[in-house]
Amino acid sequence: MKQSALSQIIFGILAWIAALVMFFPILWMIVTAFKTEGQAIAIPPLILFTPTIQSFLDATANAGYLLFAMNSVIVSVGSTVLAIAIAFPAAYALAFFPTQRTEFTLMWMLSTKMLPAVGVLMPIYLGMKTIGLQDTRIGLVGLDTLMNLPIVVWMLYSFFKEIPGEILEAARVDGIGPRQQMWHLLLPLSGPGIASTALLSVILSWNEAFWSINVTASHAGTLAAYIARFSAPEGLFWAKLSAASVLAVAPILVFGSLTQRRLVRGLTFGAVK
Amino acid sequence: MAKLILQNVEKRYETFHAIKGIDLSIDDREFVVFVGPSGCGKTTLLRMIAGLEDITGGDFSIDGVRANDIPPDKRGLAMVFQTYALYPHMTVAENMGFALKMAKVPRDEIKAKVAHAAAMLQLDKVLDRRPKALSGGQRQRVAIGRAIVRNPKGFLFDEPLSNLDAALRVQMRTELVKLNKQLQTTMIYVTHDQIEAMTMADRIVVLHAGIVEQVGSPLELYNNPANLFVAGFIGSPKMNLLEGVVTARDDQHVEVKLDDAGNVIVMGDRIAVAPGTRVTVGMRPEHTALVSDGPIGGVADFVEHLGNETLVYVKRPDGQQMIVKADDLAGVRMGDAVTMAPKGDRSVLFGPDGKALLRREFHLH
Repeated sequence: MKQSALSQIIFGILAWIAALVMFFPILWMIVTAFKTEGQAIAIPPLILFTPTIQSFLDATANAGYLLFAMNSVIVSVGSTVLAIAIAFPAAYALAFFPTQRTEFTLMWMLSTKMLPAVGVLMPIYLGMKTIGLQDTRIGLVGLDTLMNLPIVVWMLYSFFKEIPGEILEAARVDGIGPRQQMWHLLLPLSGPGIASTALLSVILSWNEAFWSINVTASHAGTLAAYIARFSAPEGLFWAKLSAASVLAVAPILVFGSLTQRRLVRGLTFGAVK
Repeated sequence: MAKLILQNVEKRYETFHAIKGIDLSIDDREFVVFVGPSGCGKTTLLRMIAGLEDITGGDFSIDGVRANDIPPDKRGLAMVFQTYALYPHMTVAENMGFALKMAKVPRDEIKAKVAHAAAMLQLDKVLDRRPKALSGGQRQRVAIGRAIVRNPKGFLFDEPLSNLDAALRVQMRTELVKLNKQLQTTMIYVTHDQIEAMTMADRIVVLHAGIVEQVGSPLELYNNPANLFVAGFIGSPKMNLLEGVVTARDDQHVEVKLDDAGNVIVMGDRIAVAPGTRVTVGMRPEHTALVSDGPIGGVADFVEHLGNETLVYVKRPDGQQMIVKADDLAGVRMGDAVTMAPKGDRSVLFGPDGKALLRREFHLH
């Protein structure tokens, strides 16, 4: 069915409006980051002003931006590597050795994502405190791993489902054990799928704020915790908060746009094969 | 080199009894073909032998060792799949050498074995190609080569030729049989194509609805089908099966009055059937002739001139179709009324339970 020219124009306009509405807060944040504190709270809002990077300098000077950024990198990459290392054999077993309980297991894993995180805040907070993982990178890596694990398993599972089972059956009959099948067959055959799963996991982990704010302080805090500090009791400093936010989202925005092609390719892996 | 023994082997799914107790002994170096209509359980049985499906009842042994619970990678068998199941990210040489590489066989040895198999299968010129860049026939050969280099105890083939075009299929048929003689290895071959079964097998196992209907050499199955199912399944064009009632019997003959036709004689020593019994007479198209004043009448519905032979499809008064292999110069045309007579010494007789009532010994000239 071919769309008429008119409906194409209408959908085009709607899409642009939606995109602008969604992007506007980010745009405004970026603009505000280049204002002084006075300009930032001016009413009516200033459209034209002389940009300054003073807020960026203030935001990074004594707040330890680099430490938080480093924590974000370590936690998101670390939890992604860990999650894939755990999910890879799990998805292998689920995809190629299905039992009557496979479907239930998958649903159960996903159902853990439906529980509000705040519901387990106390037990996890106290648990981490007891075993001394409070405000440690390892603790946060563990939490983010567990948080993303269901999604990572699901994604890998659906990529593995695209691989003809007979290829692995042929390997089994040929005397090739599970570990060798995973390493020499599954890994190369599902490369794009694993890459897009890893990208998504990194992004989710980078953007994760709830646990980061609640179980870390000055040692293991990620950029999410770093932004949260600017809305501290000292009052709201809009320009500094915006500058900090820009610094926090910039790496992942750049990362996302650089890997966009891979992400899309990974997500359509099954369709184009 | 393997002797495989199946004793009362069963496969039960929760709601479906796929394999209902199969007893079978496959000798070393034998080429055995499992044949049957789709859904008869032949592929399931092969996969059970490979270890890809659990055996839910009975015993299966390889060379005297119970193998029910041995995982597929430890059984020492090789399998060639209908879809070839090549590793798409590896070259032909890597595909063929992969199992050896994983088994930590020295590189030189792998190279020699791959080269040897490649020469045998005429793959020497494509060793550096990926499966994507190969023709169907070449992919098939790579799948076979991958099995050969491992020097397995036995080969399992799951309808390996069904994705090839007709000419290639005929060629590969002979090549596989030659390979069996050359490698001196047990081979089990699954197909739904009874011509493949007839042309390749040392022994054919006819499967139907999870049971073995008959096991025997191709000619045994052809000439002495054990029951109506095998009679109808083996042979192309199909055997003609007409029902009737036994009217007389002596030590050498049984006379049957066919429904809507005259009497025919089936020869055989002391056939255990009493007059009055309802029977089915089986007559192969090539053992049925168009004659004047034959006992079976009908109208030539369709005539197929194949050159070396002519097939006449005759419509009987009761609507049943019979096929007669006629002389190429018979001159029968569509619409002609014809009469036919079977050769009494080649016709077969089935009792009311569908089982054969006689078995003939044949001596080749």
